[in-house]
Amino acid sequence: MQITGRDLVTIIHGMLFGGLFLMACFGVLVLLHGSLSSRGGAELTVAGRRRERIFLVAMVVLGWGAVLSGAYFVYPWYRAIPPAGVTNPGAYPQRLLLADPHTAGWHTLGMEWKEHVAWMAPILMTMVAFVLMKYEGVGEEHRRVRSTAVVFALVALLAGAVAAGFGALIDKQAPVTGGSTINLMRGAR
Amino acid sequence: MKAGNLVANGAAGAAILAASLGCLVLGVLAVAGDGSKALTRLLTFYRPTGPLSGVSTVAIVVWLAAWLVGNRVWRGKTIALGKVCGAAFVFLGLALLLTFPPVGDLLLGK
Repeated sequence: MQITGRDLVTIIHGMLFGGLFLMACFGVLVLLHGSLSSRGGAELTVAGRRRERIFLVAMVVLGWGAVLSGAYFVYPWYRAIPPAGVTNPGAYPQRLLLADPHTAGWHTLGMEWKEHVAWMAPILMTMVAFVLMKYEGVGEEHRRVRSTAVVFALVALLAGAVAAGFGALIDKQAPVTGGSTINLMRGAR
Repeated sequence: MKAGNLVANGAAGAAILAASLGCLVLGVLAVAGDGSKALTRLLTFYRPTGPLSGVSTVAIVVWLAAWLVGNRVWRGKTIALGKVCGAAFVFLGLALLLTFPPVGDLLLGK
């Protein structure tokens, strides 16, 4: 059982950073919903606030990890142009998709939407994390701030979901693969 | 920072407006870069990533600069958050539209 180096980086980009970031965005929405629906509700302990801060910082790091690893590692492999003489575009996903009118839309709509909208998610969630940390414990006085944060977090979740969904579907159509081989398990004798 | 028991909302307003402005710049540059070969070249900060490197970097720089300036101006002040959020929602809506390729293609007459 083997994977390639590019497979591994793609998994880290999409499943580790992207997948966990999306889950964390959903967690923030639950957090915000809870704080909006409880009027003068339960106060967090000092340890609880510290855990909430760690969660928010981790979410921001995951979001930036997803877009930066995507843009600077996976995307260059995806959009690489085959050298002259290469007749099989299999190792060049963008070329492979554009070569067939039935799959071209995965690039012209899917990748072109994903590559831009994805950046909105960490920008918005960095702002949401800042607002939540800055105004922790004063939610009641700043319901409008928190309500706005809910809208922005929802947009970030949508943007992240578009990016993740298209990323997974495009990788099924034309996988980013290649590079050194990593043995995960020995084959059966 | 605190007036009585109330925490000023200026820092939140600055963060919200700056984030939506950064997203809008991202959308505008995504469409503009797609429509101009000169701009595409200009936005190619890192060749393997292509113009996406410049589009995202410029958007991030504008976002952080706007946040820094807004925070300096509004920190510790109570602002009309409704107006700021209204503007932010408009910016965010436009950004979402502009990053959707069919809208960009429509604007560029493709």
